[in-house]
Amino acid sequence: MPKTLLLVGTRKGAFLLESDADRRDWTVRGPYCEAWPVYHAVHDAVTGTIYAAAASEWHGSAIWRSSDLGETWAMSSEGISYGEDSPRKVSKVSTLAARNGRVLAGVEAPGIFESKDGGETFSLLTTLAGQPGSEAWDDPANQPPGHLGISAIALDKENDSRFWAIVQGVGLFETTDDATSWTPRNRGLRADWPRPHEEVGFCVHKVVRSDDKRLYQQNHVGMHRSDDDGHTWTEITEGLPTEFGFAAAAHPHDRDTFYVVPLAPLHGRTMPDGKATVWQTKDAGSSWKPLRKGLPQENANLGVLREAMAIDTYDVPGLYFGTSTGQLFASNDEGGSWSEIASYLPPISSVEVAILD
Amino acid sequence: MADLHLPGTLTPLFPGLPRRLDLEAATVGGAIDELERRWPGLFDRLCEPGPTLRTHIHVYVDRERASLATPLEARSRVDVIAAISGG
Repeated sequence: MPKTLLLVGTRKGAFLLESDADRRDWTVRGPYCEAWPVYHAVHDAVTGTIYAAAASEWHGSAIWRSSDLGETWAMSSEGISYGEDSPRKVSKVSTLAARNGRVLAGVEAPGIFESKDGGETFSLLTTLAGQPGSEAWDDPANQPPGHLGISAIALDKENDSRFWAIVQGVGLFETTDDATSWTPRNRGLRADWPRPHEEVGFCVHKVVRSDDKRLYQQNHVGMHRSDDDGHTWTEITEGLPTEFGFAAAAHPHDRDTFYVVPLAPLHGRTMPDGKATVWQTKDAGSSWKPLRKGLPQENANLGVLREAMAIDTYDVPGLYFGTSTGQLFASNDEGGSWSEIASYLPPISSVEVAILD
Repeated sequence: MADLHLPGTLTPLFPGLPRRLDLEAATVGGAIDELERRWPGLFDRLCEPGPTLRTHIHVYVDRERASLATPLEARSRVDVIAAISGG
């Protein structure tokens, strides 16, 4: 029987939760990574290695790795630097993507480093040099912390040379030649603020691949769908309680089904009216349905961050989301009903799921 | 030999690294270079590009705040502190 593994990044280390294919009973292990703040933990299905992007306030950024499902860990930051003479600084590794033994690490200031040796060493793959908006992130006065970074990387399901990168506050970019060249993919997105460039200046929070040609996006101002690989976008916010949110998940077997967690905008950034709710569309955004069964409906002022929702690939997929106050919720029936599978974790930054045969 | 004291946050990261050890080095930077030679990767945990000490890593030589260039005497006591942070 396959095993289901949840990888949870928190402000105080990484945690692993395990269940079987029924996904009803879970065991919790952790904290790992010496309780460093973990921004994103991922699993490479081919090698079985877990990677966790972490940043210690004392000892800087590093990527931890475990090849035995968390029993032992090592870490490295070798090569994750713009160099002694560069005005650009690396303040943290924000996001990871791993497949077929290759690890991509998105960092602040914006750049992507890669490892081809299982996370022992890294080298700079790209800074998206020359893209509109890059003058801002190359400016020494705008170096992090607190400035721009690569906040997410979305892989293509088939083509290793093709992926999308989000530059925080700038927009979405696509490469089809393994980061040799990039193209802004933001046409049709909404922005309620002045933009210095036609192609960028959008606040993209999360992009998920549904299938060939289709992408979904949670933006600072609205949900959007693309049916042409991100070349153009259509807003699909109508019917949702707010236009703001971070997390999003696409159904693995139904291209028209997509999940988001709308949050109150401005300073609150928690679920509206204190009711914990995941919203689902089954018609590509034409209509939306609230999923609340089993979720707290009173005084549940919960936030969910960008990488803190995941969906598995069972025939009946399971959905998972973690909150910025340390609760972890799971559904083993596509969001139809929910249970709280961990209650007292540290603030959760990321949730990913893997099925282990 | 300088008498070097390291923070408890550092030792779990490098197998065999003690909290206290004697090192022969002319400066604080030289002492960290020697630590890097023995425990590869350690330099990055204490320093950032420049190189300079990380913001929340403070070093004291004989109770005086030090930088990478601070010279060490034969019997200097060097304290490496993981300074106020976290929460």
